Amino acid sequence: MPAPLYLSLSAVLFALGTVGVLVRRSALIVFMSVELMLNAVNLTFVTFARLRGGVDGQVLVFFVLVVAAAEVVIGLAIIVNIFRARETVDVDDVDLLRG
Amino acid sequence: MSWRDLGAASPELVLTVAALAVLLYDAWTTGPSLESPRGGGAGWLALAGVALAVLLNAFPPAAPVAFAGMYVRDRLTQAVTLAALLGTGITVLLSPAYLNRFRLPAGEYYALVLFSAVGAILMGAARNLAVLFLGLEILSFPLYTLAALATRSRRSQEAGLKYLLLGAFGTAFFVYGVALVYGAAGTLDLSRLAGVPITPLLGVGVALLTIGLGFEAALAPFHAWAPDVYEGAPLPATAFMSVIAKVGAFAGFLRVFPLALPAASAQWSAALVAVAIVTMIWGNLAALFQTNLKRLLAYSSIAHAGYMLIGIAAPGPAGTLGVLYYLVVYAVMNLGAFGVLILLERRGEEADEIADLAGLWGRAPWAAGVLALCMVSLAGLPPTGGFIAKLYLFRAALEARHTALALVAVLTSVVSVYYYLRVAAAALSGTAPDAVAPRRSATVGIALALAGAGVLWFGILPSTLTAFVQQAVQALR
Repeated sequence: MPAPLYLSLSAVLFALGTVGVLVRRSALIVFMSVELMLNAVNLTFVTFARLRGGVDGQVLVFFVLVVAAAEVVIGLAIIVNIFRARETVDVDDVDLLRG
Repeated sequence: MSWRDLGAASPELVLTVAALAVLLYDAWTTGPSLESPRGGGAGWLALAGVALAVLLNAFPPAAPVAFAGMYVRDRLTQAVTLAALLGTGITVLLSPAYLNRFRLPAGEYYALVLFSAVGAILMGAARNLAVLFLGLEILSFPLYTLAALATRSRRSQEAGLKYLLLGAFGTAFFVYGVALVYGAAGTLDLSRLAGVPITPLLGVGVALLTIGLGFEAALAPFHAWAPDVYEGAPLPATAFMSVIAKVGAFAGFLRVFPLALPAASAQWSAALVAVAIVTMIWGNLAALFQTNLKRLLAYSSIAHAGYMLIGIAAPGPAGTLGVLYYLVVYAVMNLGAFGVLILLERRGEEADEIADLAGLWGRAPWAAGVLALCMVSLAGLPPTGGFIAKLYLFRAALEARHTALALVAVLTSVVSVYYYLRVAAAALSGTAPDAVAPRRSATVGIALALAGAGVLWFGILPSTLTAFVQQAVQALR
């Protein structure tokens, strides 16, 4: 499979993730969509690293993975705390703040 | 990695060690009770770390470029570090009274504040897109947690969730931008980007990177999170994030646009001018209709992000100087304004409506005076630092022949005078509502005195700071 196909695939995955964040209302699904976006980025990094023959892109994938994991830790902690108080994780129900 | 590398990064290292020491100290003194003691030990430790970092920041390292060319501590890094440390130091002084009153965990709070400052400084020291990305994440993760730190407040939890989801969304755009720039240029090294031919792929990459930084800086149209998060987060956390996120984001903008891509300025300048104009108009007009002070200051911070973007959109030494000067002054005046709010309490809650300020002059004349001074400075009127800072930026816009940009900036500043002076007038007149009580706190008093003195000093004697910042700009040419 040639590089342009990998790049197109990751662009499509990234777009899917973006749509997911904008359209879905459950905080958990929004989270999953963000993870999808980050992993699409990883695919792009690996493809370009292969094309360019360097390791920079492959190393950065590890950083992105760690960052994504840390994000999930903080996010789930907050979501669990909100769920305890309200029994819902729907972002539309989380509406004490205007806007 | 060698000792010399570690020496170059000594301010960040000191802050990191101080943050870990604060966590350990807090765990040691708290013990199994899980309730932080009321003493201010953690705060003093954090303050000592910040003071040591300020000291180390004053001495330029022997070899500015470190860690295999990924990190640089030049004059620009020093100026960014100064702004970040000033903001952090004043925040640490502002916080203990509030943390005690609302029983927030002091150890975690100070450690997160210090970690976040490290992230902002790293963004200013980035010579590689990977470092810029890590700096952005180290800056923003503690801020998400700080926003949600009041675990018993539902508003705070919502603010944390909203900030995290939108922040992560922005981050995804940022790394995708990094990936595309890497694909177009074959390198992550910012100093080698200048010689790369401009291709559509590079353009898209830089645009996505800008979206990510725009989320962090709260530029329109990526500002939607700011008012809600500012309103819901605990007051000292709001004050801190309003300053440190701007410092980090604009350090990133400086490293990417004027420094790494000077040759392509014709292409990105027009886009940034448009974003700056939209941000200034949107932020200032929305601020006109706010009755909640935290929301008002949120829209004001959006407007100020627009002003600072002028310095990026008008490439050249004048713009860079303007941004650095503005960051330092903004840190001082914004924290001064939030500091007065921290003193007020309405029946065991935050007093954050404009009406709550009424009659403050009669009860706490000094606090009311500092608030009025900071409002005058935020509005950009003489004899304050805000005036000089805006002057530099508007002059940079004119020098770069962005007449429309300068015109919009001046007109929106005039609009902003109305809502800032409305706040100042509320504090200086009227009779105090019974429900609101101003608290006394020595550390907040010191912080407010520092902020007030800074605002006046940068306004009446701007030459000291200007000279420091000018060195930063000259070293880059």
